[in-house]
Parts: sequence; C-alpha cells; structure tokens
Amino acid sequence: MTNNDVITALNELATSAPDALIDRTLAATGHIDHYAILDGPAGSWAVAFNDHGVSGVVPAGSDDAGALEARTGRRAVHGALPTRLARSLERALRTGRLGALPIDTRSMSAFQVQVLEKAAEIPPGELRSYGWVAREIDRPEASRAVGTALARNPIPVLLPCHRVSRSDGSIGNYAFGSDMKRALLEAEGLDATRHLDEVQRGVRYLGTDTTNVYCLPTCRHARRITAHHRQEFRTIQAAESAGKRPCQACRPAVAA
Amino acid sequence: MTTRAAPRRLNARLARDLDDAFPTLVEEFADGLYSGVRRLAPGRADAEDLVQETFLRAYRALGSYGPERIRSLKLSPWLWTIALNLCRSAARRRARRVTEVALEAASGTATSPDDTAADAVTASMEAVWRRRLDALSTAQRTAVVLRHVVDLPYADIAEVTGRPVGTTKADVHRGIEQLRRLMADEHTDQE
Repeated sequence: MTNNDVITALNELATSAPDALIDRTLAATGHIDHYAILDGPAGSWAVAFNDHGVSGVVPAGSDDAGALEARTGRRAVHGALPTRLARSLERALRTGRLGALPIDTRSMSAFQVQVLEKAAEIPPGELRSYGWVAREIDRPEASRAVGTALARNPIPVLLPCHRVSRSDGSIGNYAFGSDMKRALLEAEGLDATRHLDEVQRGVRYLGTDTTNVYCLPTCRHARRITAHHRQEFRTIQAAESAGKRPCQACRPAVAA
Repeated sequence: MTTRAAPRRLNARLARDLDDAFPTLVEEFADGLYSGVRRLAPGRADAEDLVQETFLRAYRALGSYGPERIRSLKLSPWLWTIALNLCRSAARRRARRVTEVALEAASGTATSPDDTAADAVTASMEAVWRRRLDALSTAQRTAVVLRHVVDLPYADIAEVTGRPVGTTKADVHRGIEQLRRLMADEHTDQE
C-alpha cells in the first residue's frame, strides 16, 4: 500500500450526481416544472406547474414528461401538487372555468395571451369560430394567426382552445385529435350529434319566434329554444331581415 | 473534470442570461459537488440536500450580482465556498442535535444516515470510507476530498478553505499518509 494507491482509491470515489438531484434542484429554482396526474373531462391529464402557475397540460400517457416538453418546451418532473394549487386546479377541471387558477404565461406572446384569454371566456360546451375570436380581440384580419396561437396552446383543456371551431361550426382539428376535442365538448354538455347535424344542414344561427334575438347555435340561450319556436338561419342577413338582433351573450354578429 | 475554457464561456452565458445558462451550471458542477459533499456529509440524503441548497444559494446570489461580477467569478471555488459553509453549519446543527439526543436518551436510538437503498456492498464501502475519513482532522479531510475526489487544484482549495497553499499541501499529504496507515491496518486485521 503506497500513497499512490490511496490516491487512486480516492479518485474512484468520484461519482455522478443522481438525476433526481439535478431535477429537484432545477425545479426548486424554477428552471424545470413539476407535474401531477389529475382526473378531468374525458380522461386523466398530466398538468405541469411552477411558482408562476400552471404551465402545461397533455393527456396522461406512457411518457408524460416527454409529451409535456414537446407541448411546452420546458422539462417537467413528477412532483407533489401544492394544496392551494390543487384546490383551484380541481375546481377548474370540474367546472371548465379558470376561476382563480394562476397561469404561467411567460412562454406566450402578448397576442397568444389575448387569444387564449378570449377562448377562456367561451362558456363550457359552447363553440365560437376562429373568426369570432379574431374580431372579439379587435384583430378581424387575424383569423389564421388566431388558429396558430390556439394550435400552440401549451395549456389545453384549462385554456379551452377546444371551444373554438371552424367558421362553419364543424369541430375542426385539435392537438390531441378531433375525437378528443369532441369528447371534451360532450363532457361539457354539448350535444355534438345535434350540433353537427345543424352544421351539415348549413344552419349557422338560431332564433325564436317569441323574441327578436338570434344566437350562435351552441349559445346557452339558443339551447333553451323549444323545437316548436325554433327558427334556423344560414346567414346574418337572413336573421336580420327576419327582424332579429344579435344576442348579447354570444355576440353572433361578429362571427366570420 | 471540465476544461478551463468551458467554465469561462459559462461565465459569459450566465452574465448574459442567467436563467438560460443556470441549468448548464448545474449539469456541469453537480457531479463534482455531489462526489465531494458525499464524503464530507454523513449520508447520501444529507449530501443531496446540501448540494441542492448550494445551487439554490448560488442562483439567488447570481441573481443579485451584476454582469461584471459574474464574468470575473471563479465558479468552481465560489460554489465550493458555498458548499463548505453549508456543510459546516449542517455539522454544527448535527452536533447540537446529537448532544441533545444523548442527554435525553442514554443509548443508541439516534437515527443513522439513510443508505437503505444502496446494496450491501456499496453500503459497507460507504461505512468503511466514512470511518477512514472520520479519523482525519476536518482540515485534512476537506483538503484530501477536494484534492483527490473532486480534483480541485491546490490554489482553489486554499481559496475555499482560507488556508495558505503550503498548509493545504501539507494537509493533503498528512491526510493521505494517515489514510495509508489506516488502510494498511485494515489489511493486517483481515489477515
């Protein structure tokens, strides 16, 4: 046994830091997110979060960390959900409304924030078009950019891009497939079969002979109209020449 | 071990965009810090906590430094200064706790460091090395670990421990001598 033997033995004590240590450290400094699996509409969801709020959502699957990174551009490791966040998150998933849930918007452009905030105003189970969102945020020419902003939504389900449809009312594409989009809307109470039948028949607006108001077909006020009193319109012009004015809740006049 | 050039580039990146570069700092220094702290702290879990806390403090400090200060920082000795401070205060807390426990209950109910996950061979090697390094003075142990486990240059160790380079070299040399004697004795015991 020589001093060099001792030094060699000491050299061999050099080791790699556990991956979990690096992940925990970067989560503590806010450089990577934590995620938890929660039950929600149409299945379970992997929800990523950090000190700024919720940062990502994907359907729970075999590689949640990978799927979250693909959607949000941020790494995430499994971790415990803080109690306060758990409560508002559970509520948001149950009601389909954000409420007091904090959202991490740091990765989003100002335009995307505007688009997603507008989407979050659409009530659960109702549909608005890309054009509708564009006009509501005073960018009527920007339907395509609205479509892109929604497609890149890092926090689907909670920021409900699934409530935005094509201008004809058909359900359209979705990051997790149009079947999932339909399942989410049905979980929120949309009668998709009936809605798609109307779309097929070219119906874009609904009115009633008991009032002088016309609505988008999925508006909660339109859903209350009984078959007997129901009036169907294909265009705004048709509705207005029948003496109708636009509903204050769904604001159909701005629909593209 | 990292080359000299890489950390300099890292300084520039940290000065330019701390949040963009910080994960690289962690990736780059985690192995060295963990390897060393593990031999200075009593157990794996303590070592992990101390290394995590080292990075947290480093992050907060870097956030409060201007770009000039970050660019001129010698990252490795700077991180080790933080880590050693944390190791020392953890040791003080532990000593206090052990005294309290010893006063309350006379016999061995104190919790042992958790190496339950490690397999038996690794665990016994852990114990062997802990016993060997515990036999050294704090100064020798620190110097030996930083020099030969972490591979820090003497100048950095001197800076981190606040002792002259000559003293540091002597600490390392005496530490190695003592470890050699201990290991030779273990050998004789086995025969």
